Parts: sequence; structure tokens; C-alpha cells
Amino acid sequence: MNAARSVAIAVFKESVRDRIFYNLVLFAVLLVGASILMGQLTAGQDVKIIKDLGLTATSVFGLFISIFVGINLVSKEVERRSVYPLFAKPIRRSEFIIGKYAGLLLTLMVNVVVMTVALYTVLFFLSRGVSPNVQRAWDAPPIDPALLKAIGLIYVDLALVTAVAVLFSTYSSPMLSAVFTFGLYVVGQFNEDLRRLDQIVGGPAAGIVGKACYYLLPDFARFDIKLAVVHGIPVSAGYMLWTTAYAAAYVAALLLGACVIFSRRDFK
Amino acid sequence: MTRAGAGAAATVCLGAAVALHAAQDARYPSPAIDRPELLYVRSGDTIKRLALDYDAFAADVYWIRALQHFGGERTAPPDHVRDYALLYPLLDLTTTLDPYFSIAYRFGAIYLGEPYPGGPGRADLAMTLLRKGLAAQPQKWQYMQDIGFVYYWHLQDYKSAATWFQRASEIQGAPSWLRPLAAVTLAEGGHRSASRALFGQLAESEEPWLRDAARLRLRQLDAMDVIDALQARVALYQREHPGEPVTWQKLVAARLVPSVPVDSAGVPFIIEATGRVTVARESPLFPLPGQKPDNSS
Repeated sequence: MNAARSVAIAVFKESVRDRIFYNLVLFAVLLVGASILMGQLTAGQDVKIIKDLGLTATSVFGLFISIFVGINLVSKEVERRSVYPLFAKPIRRSEFIIGKYAGLLLTLMVNVVVMTVALYTVLFFLSRGVSPNVQRAWDAPPIDPALLKAIGLIYVDLALVTAVAVLFSTYSSPMLSAVFTFGLYVVGQFNEDLRRLDQIVGGPAAGIVGKACYYLLPDFARFDIKLAVVHGIPVSAGYMLWTTAYAAAYVAALLLGACVIFSRRDFK
Repeated sequence: MTRAGAGAAATVCLGAAVALHAAQDARYPSPAIDRPELLYVRSGDTIKRLALDYDAFAADVYWIRALQHFGGERTAPPDHVRDYALLYPLLDLTTTLDPYFSIAYRFGAIYLGEPYPGGPGRADLAMTLLRKGLAAQPQKWQYMQDIGFVYYWHLQDYKSAATWFQRASEIQGAPSWLRPLAAVTLAEGGHRSASRALFGQLAESEEPWLRDAARLRLRQLDAMDVIDALQARVALYQREHPGEPVTWQKLVAARLVPSVPVDSAGVPFIIEATGRVTVARESPLFPLPGQKPDNSS
């Protein structure tokens, strides 16, 4: 696994070189700018809206990184032919895939952690000076540890999107990989409709197809607990565990698929 | 061309474009058309799907739009025809995207029912919005209290108001003053003392906008007390000068009032041709309950 670790570190360093973390500056500007404006625009809902904005931006920026970096992870190496000298070294193709994936996860983790710190900092400054009586009327406290649950599932969500992007990246062009990954992400938001396809379309066949798609396609909607957390609605540890376990199983399946596909490619 | 030279040239070109833009605007000013606002998508379900899992943020955007729409119309210059047509659709979209967005329901309850020109005067829509909120959170006593408020203030249906205050008081965590409020509303609904009790409690709310709305109601109640006193002076003058039009100047000259009386906003009260005293249309207290919005000074 030393080889996979080396690949992961290389991916992380490449992310730094490619100035991926510049998005953090944009995130900080967005949050600080919004926190200044929100007080004037939102009739006392600035803390709630900053939470929504922070979580949404964490998810959107992460999604862009997952898709646009993920689709290039493998295909770029193949296009540049840099895999040829790499595979002359003692590294298995599965280690290469897992290393690439882990490297991008590390990049995403640094990104998400910095965004989380920025979000809590802005919330701290925003809630300073607000009387405890007013804060009691809010659905959730401003510096709410429960936000970490939403951020945790955003990260798990991004891990799954990255795995999808890596799978497509092993056999398709970057453009098609981006389309497929984003398409699957959108379809995964409407999984509930697939489950009820027989009620929408009518007929038992549609029901069977819908159910099959419902279980087979990744259900991205279940990672979204932003609304619940912002309103102080409890999210159980059980839900978090089940959802994370589901993602882990799915990621494992996608990475294994990616390894199989990549191992069958001819680089001679 | 060197890199610095290219950068300088680009800056000069951009500056020229900005200057031309400004000059063109000055030479051909856009006509000041009072355009109605547009809302392209009105279906909450459609927006919910388009928003993917960013529905909470989309709700915030529609919430800000609702505030901008309401505030823009309410504070528009007098020659603008106030049109609150988008207020309910915007609040409906907000609450479809985020069914727990409490302030959107409660803001709607206060301002949808507000008579024109202060609001659209749609107590029915205020009620629809609150019932939607109750469907999402059946234990939210605040929505029940607000429904009671709409019945009380906008519809003057004190029996229904008392029923809703009673229902709210039975919810766990509801404040203790709701139960006596229900009793007072049932016994003395429409009396100013009961209204003062209701708005006195709402004025203690933690929500600044709810506090402001309740304080406005309290100021309106104070104005109604003053109007009663002034009305007695007008009646006295009319008895002594039958058939003569009444003005404040005549009442001042007759020493029935010390000066032209003004409401708490500093706007003089008006005497209508019929001799009825009321607040002026320009006053933030206009219209008082039962006062027709088309009432002109």
C-alpha cells in the first residue's frame, strides 16, 4: 500500500500546484460578504442563511472539485502517457486507482475542513452581540455542533461522487466522464421518484424497473440533512451510520469496478 | 508587445468601454417605466426539483425576494400603484422549499392580511400559509396563535380567534398567557382592552419584525382612543354649529382643541366631510381597523 500512498500524496501535491485551493478564497469572500449583507436583507434570519449558504457552498465547491478533478485523475495520465513509465515500476493498477482516489479525498478533506472553520468563524462573529433571548427564539444555536453532521455527510456525498468520477475516468474521455458523473448525480437526487415509478407511469413493469434503478443507482438525496440540521431537527447517530455505511459499500463497489476496468486496459 | 504593455493596453481599453457605457447612458437615458416584477416559475414542486439538494438555500433566495418585493411595494413613492401580487407566491415557494422556515409563515400571517396599501389585504392567503405550516409542524403553537391573530384583527371573528388561542395554549411549551388570552378574546373580543392584551404579549416577542408589527397595532389602538376623544369634540362643535363643515382650525378657534392634533407618527388627524375623525392616508397608522383603504384625506 506504500505505492498507493505515494500516488495519493502526488495527487494532493498536484492539487496544490493546480491552485485548487484558490476556491477557499472565493468561499471566504462569499461568506464574509454575505454575512455583511444578510443583516440588511433577511429580517433577522442572517445566521440561518449564513448556515445554509456555508453548507451549500461547501457542497457545491466540493462537487465541482470531485467531478472536474475526478474525471481527469486517470484519463489525464493515460492521455499524457505518463502511466507507461509508472507501470514499469512495482505498482499494481489497483493501487494506482486507490491512490488516485485517496489523494482526491485528501484534497477534499482539507477543503471541507478549512470551509468548516471559516463557516464557524463567520457564525461566531455574526452571533456576537445578539442577546441570549433572541438566540433562544432561533431553531438552533448559532455555533451548533450539529452542523458537523451535515458537513460530515456532505463529505461522504463527495466521496461517492468522486468514486463515480474515477470509475468513468478509467474508460471514458474527460468530457463524457463529466457528463455521466453529473448525470448520475442528478438522477441520484430523484431516487424517490424511481421508487414510485409505478404510480407515476403505471404498470407493474415500470414498478420493477423503477425499483431496480432505485436500489442500483446511488441515492445522493439521502446525504442531504442540511435543512434538518439548520432547523435544529435531530438527526440520529443511527441515520448517520447507516448512510455512511451505504456510501462506503457503494464506493467500494465503484472502486473495485474501476480497478477491474483499468486492469483490462492495454497499455503495451 | 511586452506583458506590461499588454496589461496597460487592456486596462485602457476596459476604461474606455466603461466611459462609453456611462456616456451612452447619459445621452440616451432609459425611460422610467414602472415595470411589474416577474416570477418565472411558480410551482414549488418544480423549483424543489430544480434546486436538487440545495432547496434550503433556494428557499433563502425566495425569502429575500419576498422581503424585497414587500418592502419595495410598501415603501414605494406615492405615485406608484402598489401591487403585492407576488407576495403570496414567493412565500409559498419559500415554504415549499423549506417547510420549517418558520418566519416565512409568520411574516405572511402578519403582512398578507394587512389591508391595502400597507399590504395585499388577503387574510385568506395568510390563513392558507399558516395552515400549510401547521401541516409541516402540527405542534407549532406559534402558527395557531397567528391564525387566531388573523381571525382577531383582520376578520374580527373573535370566536374563531379564541378557539385558535385555546388550541395553541394546549400545546406543550406554549406560553401561559395564551389560555387567559383565549378567555378574554371570547368574553371581550373586539374590546380594545382585549386587543391591547394580545398585542402587548406579541410586542414582547423575540422576533423584531413581530414586535414591530405588534407595536404598530398598539399605536393604532392608542390612535383610536385619541380619535374617540376628538370625535366627541367634533360632535360638540357640530351641535353648536349645525350644518357647518368642521375643520381643525375652527375647533382650535372655538378652543375645543389646543392645536391641530397629530397621531403618534406626527401626521395630523383628518376630519372627513361627514365629520368623522380618522388618521390620514399618509400616516403609517393608516388604515385603522374598519377604515377603508380607499379612504382619501
